[in-house]
Amino acid sequence: MTKTVSAARASAFLLLTASLPCAAQAEFAGEMGVQQRYFLQDALLPEQERAQFSVYAQPEWYHSWNDGYDSLLFRPFVRYDEVDSERTHIDIRELIWLHVSDNWELRTGIGKVFWGQTESLHLVDVINQVDLVETIDYEDRLGQPMVNFSYIMDMGTLSAFVLPYFRERTFAGPDGRLQLPLPVDTDNPLYESSDEERHIDWAVRYQATLGDWELGLSYFDGTSREPFFVPAPNPQSGEIQLRPFYAQMQQVGVDTLAVAGSWLIKFEAIYRDVLDDDFFAAVGGVEYTSVGVFDSMYDLGLLIEYQFDERDELSWTGAQNDLMIGTRIVFNDIDGTEVLLGVIQDLDNSSTRGGLIEASSRMTDRWKWRLDAYFFSSDTPTDVTYAWRRDDYVEFTLEYYF
Amino acid sequence: MSTGNLFPQISRCVAILALLATGAIAYAQDAAQKGLAIATEQKQRDAGWGDSQAEVSMILRNAQGQESERKIRIKSLEVQGDGDKALTIFDQPRDVSGTSFLSFSHATEPDDQWIYLPELKRVKRIASRNKSGPFMGSEFAFEDMTSFELEKYTYTYLRDEPFQGQECFVVEQRPLDEYSGYTRRVAWIDKNHYRALKIEYYDRKDQLLKVLELNDYKLYQDKFWRPMVAEMTNVQNGKSTVLLTHSIEFNTGLEEKDFDKNSLRRAR
Repeated sequence: MTKTVSAARASAFLLLTASLPCAAQAEFAGEMGVQQRYFLQDALLPEQERAQFSVYAQPEWYHSWNDGYDSLLFRPFVRYDEVDSERTHIDIRELIWLHVSDNWELRTGIGKVFWGQTESLHLVDVINQVDLVETIDYEDRLGQPMVNFSYIMDMGTLSAFVLPYFRERTFAGPDGRLQLPLPVDTDNPLYESSDEERHIDWAVRYQATLGDWELGLSYFDGTSREPFFVPAPNPQSGEIQLRPFYAQMQQVGVDTLAVAGSWLIKFEAIYRDVLDDDFFAAVGGVEYTSVGVFDSMYDLGLLIEYQFDERDELSWTGAQNDLMIGTRIVFNDIDGTEVLLGVIQDLDNSSTRGGLIEASSRMTDRWKWRLDAYFFSSDTPTDVTYAWRRDDYVEFTLEYYF
Repeated sequence: MSTGNLFPQISRCVAILALLATGAIAYAQDAAQKGLAIATEQKQRDAGWGDSQAEVSMILRNAQGQESERKIRIKSLEVQGDGDKALTIFDQPRDVSGTSFLSFSHATEPDDQWIYLPELKRVKRIASRNKSGPFMGSEFAFEDMTSFELEKYTYTYLRDEPFQGQECFVVEQRPLDEYSGYTRRVAWIDKNHYRALKIEYYDRKDQLLKVLELNDYKLYQDKFWRPMVAEMTNVQNGKSTVLLTHSIEFNTGLEEKDFDKNSLRRAR
């Protein structure tokens, strides 16, 4: 009897020790790269350069334990920019503990979430602040401190967010290109709430797949990630600058996607209440993909999206009544080559438009090149694009993955 | 009068023609029935595998012999009465590491597919009607990676023929999905275990496009045969892809909830 018990104990111990290295898992990975930007026109300001070189790194540590039910992810980001002191920056993109249970998940720490379905504009996606010095397409975001609880049902996923600390938007510095008409005084932001960046924001979201439909509903109450600007003298230099003003907002959002054969139909809309004013904004469109066009290996995608915003031109929103037309070409080759071309035309103002090219391809399993180019055109000083009218640029990045 | 003479001849002709026609129909029916019977037996013998987790490499070769390797992990769940569910995690090349792909295949309707982009934390729904596109730049199309379901094809038994020393049925499979990249497939199914040993894929112009050879079959759970090496050769462009299964485990305890958008977002 004792023999069997101790044998069972011994085997249990063996099993335990044998399973321990499998139960805990650690990984290290990441990417780094060099980037050269070249601006096609002479700058508006004499101190601005035409060439801009930078290097960046984004390592990633991942550790999981408790059979993968718990994990910790740490993903810092750093960029050194030779020209723009504001673009030289460090951020913790993620430092988050994830606990997974049978029908719920808890994320605690600094994290990133994505809400939405459209390509040209991310209206409902208001949790993470835009890291505007990285790219001007609003796709790069700063890490957001959060506690996020998600409850998973057959009918979809219900998530609640508590956001205890606010991150300010990044803006190009005095020597950098792609500035607003006046330098942004990022050292002296203004807040509507007396708690300033420590105001506790909260949000809830419901997301579900219903057959050929994807549906998301969201509500956010807290500090608006999108600042207003107040021209004011800088307390130190006395120079007139734009002080970002972060107001409190309440926003209801809906995002949806429908699959119809080779078509994807996408739509996002928000209703936002900010500074005793309220407005509606929406973006919607289609994506059509044709596989193996003209008997080739290539996939050709067509993107059309229309952007609407009730706010007037003075709000620095470039999406009042605009049309985006784009095409995505996927080469389906070993190197994973892809090209995206697009134009955004302001329908109220025919002189205001923007264009973009995004291309990338692998050179080896670890090296990749990327080419991005943006073009801006506007004759209208009140339009946000006007500030960048001489900032057309081409950006070449060499990326190394480890 | 003359009609009286002619009539028996005509009716004899008609009778002979009818006999020939019914014979041909009967023969075609036989071939269709036998084709379906073989496919049914093939599906039946593989039923009940439940769930599996596999570590797989894809070796892509171009016509010049240049090679590139992709590493993926595939979690699969058998779904009774419909297509299977699969979660594929990409490990290599490194730039797509962490990208994962969720698919619910269906027997007669388009599959449901989502891709997760870890850098953006974004889950994207994919329009899956275009299933003829290449999977990760390989010679395998998306539709070649989905589960074999009886309702996807009509069948015709063609002949018996040995392949690599094993007695095989040769069966033609015509996809019912009009968006398939193929007019038909011709499969060599071994008579002993009902395993596909070779499949020829014919393009929309009915020209031979690709040949898949499945080798090194291993038996799992005393019932389920899986090929450790599957080589797809595109005879039109000279490229090929080898799918190497490094390991595969069954009954790993995967459930429906391991195949939703939340698990896609968490996949590592």
